[in-house]
Amino acid sequence: MSAVTKADPATPAGSARPLSKARPLGDRAFALLALVAGLLVLVILVLIVVSTAQQSTSWFSTAGWSGIFSTVWNPATNQFGAMAFLFGTVIASLIAIIISVPVSVSIALLLTEVVPRRWSQPIVYVVDLLAVVPSVVWGLWGIIVFVPWVAPIYASIASGVKGIPVLDNLFGTPTAGASFFTAGLILAVMITPIITSLSREVIATVPQTDKEGAYALGATRWEMIRGAVWPHSQGGVVGAILVGLGRAMGETIAVALVMGSSAEVTSHLFAPGYAIAGVIVNQFPEASGEFRAALIGLGLLLFVITILINLTARGFVERSARRMRGTS
Amino acid sequence: MTVVSDRTVDLREPGGWRRSKNRIATFVMWFAFVATLVPLVFVLYTVISKGIGAISWQFLSGSPIPPNIMPLGVGGMGPAVVGTLIITGFAALIAIPLGVLGAVYINEYGGKGWLAKFIAFMADVMTGVPSIVMGLFIFTIWVLHFGYSGLAGSFALACLMLPIVIRSTYEMLLLVPNQLREASYALGATKSRVTLTVVLPAAVGGIVSGALLAVARAAGETAPLFFTILTVEATNSNLFSGANTALSTQIFVNAQSPYVGAEARAWGAALTLVVISFLLMIIARVVTARFTKYTR
Repeated sequence: MSAVTKADPATPAGSARPLSKARPLGDRAFALLALVAGLLVLVILVLIVVSTAQQSTSWFSTAGWSGIFSTVWNPATNQFGAMAFLFGTVIASLIAIIISVPVSVSIALLLTEVVPRRWSQPIVYVVDLLAVVPSVVWGLWGIIVFVPWVAPIYASIASGVKGIPVLDNLFGTPTAGASFFTAGLILAVMITPIITSLSREVIATVPQTDKEGAYALGATRWEMIRGAVWPHSQGGVVGAILVGLGRAMGETIAVALVMGSSAEVTSHLFAPGYAIAGVIVNQFPEASGEFRAALIGLGLLLFVITILINLTARGFVERSARRMRGTS
Repeated sequence: MTVVSDRTVDLREPGGWRRSKNRIATFVMWFAFVATLVPLVFVLYTVISKGIGAISWQFLSGSPIPPNIMPLGVGGMGPAVVGTLIITGFAALIAIPLGVLGAVYINEYGGKGWLAKFIAFMADVMTGVPSIVMGLFIFTIWVLHFGYSGLAGSFALACLMLPIVIRSTYEMLLLVPNQLREASYALGATKSRVTLTVVLPAAVGGIVSGALLAVARAAGETAPLFFTILTVEATNSNLFSGANTALSTQIFVNAQSPYVGAEARAWGAALTLVVISFLLMIIARVVTARFTKYTR
């Protein structure tokens, strides 16, 4: 065995002068610049909370908890209760999720397990087009074309379910084209691309050996999906759904246009409603003083809800990704 | 001798209910895809058929934007086209360099440290912040002190684009093989030089296409602009002062108007905006196909 002599890194053989250990100024400046750019993300997130909280303190302090979560919203009498809007946002988003999730997960499975690779890319492009159509264009189409088209359908469904206990409460009269359900439908279309692409990423991490094992045991493709793909990707798909839910709740312009702008807490899904983002956009131009504080406070409320949803979602995705690394 | 039952087992395809279930599942998946095509085709058909009649050179460049009650053919959307281009353009100018630098920090400098991981995580979370919140944020922090301007709109859009650019760039940097970095270090290059002349050029295709997708998304945003630029009728090519206007906010305002002319202008503006967004996306796809060196 020959002895290995360790070279001194400061004076490599053949080097005319020792390499300096100090990094050049430009190099350090660039590292600092990159760090600052990275920290900007955190700074912006903190500033969002601080600045909106500062502008809405008067609402929080005068209304109190009971005032904030009351259903009364009357700018004329300085009563600003957020409950009806919170209800509208949650209901419309839930409708969107219920409609969009089966569709999105189906497309994700289609892309990963059914179609060959060279066909999956065009399908991805087409689904992504839904996300490229701007929110305001969905809103314009919704209010001018879709709402008048769908109104008679709602009316006939409502007369059809008249008298049936639960269904009458959900789908009965009053009906309007611009309603919780219309907002939910349009939101469903808008969040399909994001849920599809995130679920696809998760499903693509299922180990090939698991799938082949399932096939080797004689499983059909569907049985393979149920037995090999689904247990692996469950957590990640839940994360994808939560990200979609966050998007739906934050979506503004389309919802503001097609939801009917009526602050009500009702079980009727075909009745007009009002979402948090919708009321902010519609009433902000004429707001001042405490009215404006309340609207900014609603924005802060929306921010906190979506951040919590997104944190949970990322947690799900991270955990399923970690488990994946453990198994492979 | 016992006689083994002589029924033949077909190993090629499962029969009966299992086979039908598999067929049904496959059909449902295809059906889901076709179902998403319906609203897409419906909305594109409407925007094109209703918008094409409004589009003319006069519509795209004419100024000022006429009042709602005026019929189509008076004035034009020129101010909104100018506003959209300069506001989105400046937002891109802010967000793309910062986003790329942020991703460089996460991937090249932060490494496995907790801060880089935390920033990457929060950038992911930040992509979920509603656009309306970004608008309110810039309103409280900028507009209340300096007034409405195109610049405020650019800031709001830049806040939206930043996490998207960070994410897409970060993913591209991950794909650059480590041997490239090691080879450059072996030649004695400093870290910044390695990053700027080796790593970033190797990932440039993916970075550009990710940035273009972020711009496409920002160009169509309404809510952040609504609180930051106000909506005026005259052309304001000065980004830094005075209220401005954009295609998206014009569509929003005109969509709520009962007048025929306003509705026609809204469709025309919608078609213009959709074309801009789709063009950006197509360019991004071409860049991806042509210039990406490393893929998953």
